[in-house]
Amino acid sequence: MTMEERYTLKKSNPALQVLIYIFLGIWALVNLFPLYFMFTFSLKSNDEIFGKNIVGLPHDWLWSNYSAAMYTGNMGLYFLNSVLVTFATIVLCLASALMATYAITRIKWRFSKLTNAFFMLGLTIPLQASIVPVYVVLSKLHWLNRYTTLIVPYAAFSLAMAILICSGFMVEIPYDLDEAARIDGCGLWGTFFRIIIPLMKPAYATVGIYTFLQCWNEFMFANVFISDSVHRTLPVGIKALSGQHTTDWGPIGAALVIATFPTLLVYIFLSKRIQESFIAGAVKG
Amino acid sequence: MDEQTRKKSKKAKQIKTGITIFLFLLPGLILFIGILIAPIAVSLYRSLYDWNGFSAGTFIGFQNYYELFTNGSIKFMVSLKNAMILAFFSVFVQLPFSLFLALLLGRKVKGERFFLSVFFMPVLISTVVIGQLWLKIYNPDYGLLNTMLDALHLESWKHVWVGEVKTALGAILVPTIWQYVGYHMLLMYAGVKGVSADLREAAMLDGATNWQVDRYVVIPIIKPIIRVSVIFAVTGSLKTYDLVRILTEGGPFQTTEVPSTLLENMLFLRNRYGMGSTISVMLIALCFAFALLITAAFREKEV
Repeated sequence: MTMEERYTLKKSNPALQVLIYIFLGIWALVNLFPLYFMFTFSLKSNDEIFGKNIVGLPHDWLWSNYSAAMYTGNMGLYFLNSVLVTFATIVLCLASALMATYAITRIKWRFSKLTNAFFMLGLTIPLQASIVPVYVVLSKLHWLNRYTTLIVPYAAFSLAMAILICSGFMVEIPYDLDEAARIDGCGLWGTFFRIIIPLMKPAYATVGIYTFLQCWNEFMFANVFISDSVHRTLPVGIKALSGQHTTDWGPIGAALVIATFPTLLVYIFLSKRIQESFIAGAVKG
Repeated sequence: MDEQTRKKSKKAKQIKTGITIFLFLLPGLILFIGILIAPIAVSLYRSLYDWNGFSAGTFIGFQNYYELFTNGSIKFMVSLKNAMILAFFSVFVQLPFSLFLALLLGRKVKGERFFLSVFFMPVLISTVVIGQLWLKIYNPDYGLLNTMLDALHLESWKHVWVGEVKTALGAILVPTIWQYVGYHMLLMYAGVKGVSADLREAAMLDGATNWQVDRYVVIPIIKPIIRVSVIFAVTGSLKTYDLVRILTEGGPFQTTEVPSTLLENMLFLRNRYGMGSTISVMLIALCFAFALLITAAFREKEV
């Protein structure tokens, strides 16, 4: 028996083991139950939700709740808005971060460290910091209620983390490659596009996942900056829908499922990657 | 002559490199300065004004700051107290629980990946969705919680959970803490997994039990991660917005306001943009102050 094996659960007291598994099981249920509850009540009528069948599977599977959420609740539109805003934010943020990181980590100049530190300030600055001036400027320019109203601030607030993650990956690329490229006649731009961009693919996933979750779920900016119904993202749309359907729970449940399932679907397949991008973001910060 | 042209071309090359560096930094700088740095400067400046957002405003010095702390009807102290209560429970309930889970999962339990993934899942769900779900749980007439209490014949324990002064803040606290347990657990778990087997073995050889290894070997090593978690928990509590907006709207009688909801009220209900700026300046200052304080506290302990 090696010592390594002793540092496991197997070697502890059997009663304690059982207790630990019961405990982990209960906590797993506490985490899974809300999803189950959400999914089942999205398919029920008020009769069932309000008494006959609160936690069981639905007796009649009311898929019409989903069409109610899609058509009267406009969840389809909000879903597309969220996809558009999130995707554009990821592209904008990633492009700016890659360029900035390249200048900071792979070109030698006097203020590169200082510039990096400057960008890292963004890790601690809360979203709330800029809400008043940005709101005033945007409303004076009549720039509220557009997609860019959300995309640009989201990209700006995700930038610090994106640069942090990108530098982690970029310093791993051997510097010999840059020199080889230089000898072959590549300039700084050439090196960036031909060498760095293709080799940074793993960073795209990490930055993409991180930024995705920031934008997909963001509520405060979206709630303050978007007041018309055409540009609402999912979180704002859900709030509006729950205002309309205060008595009808089924369509609200359907809307919640629509907002949540893409994330969870991706999570089922990429759980490890997603967890790693959170760790990468926090541990280095 | 030859020397001079070479110098000149070197200088030209340097300038060219400088321009290239600037161009590479430009998109990031525009975003960062335009949306973060400049607005903070404007907030600082406007926090000294009585300003409705559209007129020129009147300079009033530190009056806004003074009013923030002394005028009870602004409710800033209430919001600060609520944020601090959230922070307290995050640091002293949520984090120890997360640490406990991380240490357990770090011991190669069966189904380690499954438990890890399930415990982390709530972090990925939008807070608005979670808020809506909990509204259905808290609903006074048909909600899960009151129905369950009915079934258990505990009618006297029933409450209008989000509508009563006594229970509203707790009703916000529970989902907040529940949602982010998995986040802190994941960070700490990564730390626990990073502790080398040699160190554990050495402690085991000295006759330490599993719990002693955790206490005296693992926890000291993952201290930097715990520090990050504490900072996130406290600054996160200061920044809370979503769940309050969804669950209570700051009510009943503004007892569950947090700084961010007050900030929004200043803009949309009161048209006091100067005061709104003051609140955002206070938020930034508090976030930075707590981050520094926590870092200092952890450094103190290491000595």
